[in-house]
Amino acid sequence: MDWSLHPLGDQAVLIEFGNEISEEINQTVQAAASSLDEWQPEWMIEYIPAFTTVTLFYDPLYIANHKTSRNQLPYDWVHHQVSQFLSTLTIKESGSARTVEIPVCYGGELGPDLSYVAEKNGLTEEEVIEKHMNGDYLVYMIGFAPGFPYIGGMDPAIATPRRKDPRLKIPSGTVGIAGAQTGVYPLETPGGWQLIGRTPSKMFDPSNEESPTLLQAGDRIQFKRITQEEYENLKEGGE
Amino acid sequence: MIHVLKPGLLTTIQDFGRYGHQKHGVIASGVMDQEAYRIANLLVGNEQHAPVLEVTLMGPVLEFQQDVCLSICGGDLTPMVNGERVGTWKPLYIKQGSELRFGKPKTGFRAYLAVAGGFDIPLTMNSASTYIRAGIGGHQGRPLEKGDVLEPSDFSHLSNRVMEQLKADTGDSSFHEASWYVGHDFNHNGYTKDPIRIMPGREYDWFDEESRGRLTSETFNINSKSDRMGYRLTGCRLSAVEERDLLSEAVTFGTIQVPAEGNPIILLADRQTTGGYPKIAQVASVDLPRLAQMRPGESFSFTMITHEEAQRLYLQQEKDIKLLARGIEMKLK
Repeated sequence: MDWSLHPLGDQAVLIEFGNEISEEINQTVQAAASSLDEWQPEWMIEYIPAFTTVTLFYDPLYIANHKTSRNQLPYDWVHHQVSQFLSTLTIKESGSARTVEIPVCYGGELGPDLSYVAEKNGLTEEEVIEKHMNGDYLVYMIGFAPGFPYIGGMDPAIATPRRKDPRLKIPSGTVGIAGAQTGVYPLETPGGWQLIGRTPSKMFDPSNEESPTLLQAGDRIQFKRITQEEYENLKEGGE
Repeated sequence: MIHVLKPGLLTTIQDFGRYGHQKHGVIASGVMDQEAYRIANLLVGNEQHAPVLEVTLMGPVLEFQQDVCLSICGGDLTPMVNGERVGTWKPLYIKQGSELRFGKPKTGFRAYLAVAGGFDIPLTMNSASTYIRAGIGGHQGRPLEKGDVLEPSDFSHLSNRVMEQLKADTGDSSFHEASWYVGHDFNHNGYTKDPIRIMPGREYDWFDEESRGRLTSETFNINSKSDRMGYRLTGCRLSAVEERDLLSEAVTFGTIQVPAEGNPIILLADRQTTGGYPKIAQVASVDLPRLAQMRPGESFSFTMITHEEAQRLYLQQEKDIKLLARGIEMKLK
């Protein structure tokens, strides 16, 4: 396992495990993140995992007051600590990843761009749905918005460019395609994605302090097709 | 009770920020000027991270249904109690039935209004900060509106002391301000035009020599499309040596990223948790409060320091604030 450390400003350090999107590198990122959860050093404020990096935010004042001698820079001390931490990091076998099922009502008024995605790729709407459900999806990271997953593994046969005129409001729960990516919008936002369906599942629930987002980095996703009636029922039941 | 008669341009409840959930994509939020915010709380005997009102340029009109002790720090947005000008960076005692409004902004861009006890706001994910897009935190997850009612929390022992002391000096007037205030080392009176100190970002070397030079030799202007999420700068375009794809990774308060069109963006309190544009530089933490007090339309320049200097400056600033906190405590007792 290769890694390097880089400062991000005067209160954070970035750990880089590679510079390309790969499941292997991302597994290392998830392993580092869960080890940080176990370690929880008192000088760490929080960390943000991404595709190939984990950025650790620390408290320089706490370190200067409790950990370092007079002239040692907190960053140098953190650098040493994190290096030691990484040298003992072990990557557990995969297979421990959760699979999260996300019910989706495809097409119709909840997925107004399904026909466009089909037409653009020379497929029927049914074929697009089929391919979207059969992808082998991995959540590489969460970013952009609370619980917004960066998902890899979509069938390139349904890849579709973003809309030229972005919509001002995309309802929360909308499932979309942008280029070779698929994603689910946790909040109502503007955006240029092609909208193919909507899930009744709550992607972000701030009242759940422990785990406010449905998806976490490292999760596998299984999209499951539901009818509009099932969508309405699940939506009501959930709220 | 505090009644909001007029909300002002953008008045939100903020605290130090929402930390621990950025890994879930939940933005940090929090105050833009952490220094003024902390001092505002210290001046009324609160703990430094209590919830306050962040007032932007054009302040609100508030009516007090109870006696309050408050302080206003940061930009001088011309606060007035019952029509009379009051000072900033000092504790004030205001009697029930009085009205606070703001006049023409004098210096800075944001003011922090702390009440003794802090505002009574339920914490969402460990913070009272308003996260407007997600509709969480603060007062009902949104900026203040006309008709809102805010409640101060219970006073600390120290707050009580401030209150009693100022009250005794108030006599028959409707309000009274302390005779002392926090000195110029902290309140950046007039907000100096010194360059904003930055250190190289992770993709600094991606930029051509000319762009790297311009970063510190040219003047940048804060675009009117700027907000709490970021300051969009115009003035001169910076270009990367080659177009390379960057995978999204964590960004932070003060990260300067440059999209392909070349105009830099400084990420601020409401930044997203991660970003995919090359990061040319990072603003030193000690200069973030000064940056946060600059208005859209204002111009400034950057100067480069090392990462090591930035961290030492930060530690020094914390030492200074600690001394100030002690000084204020002595005054209040």
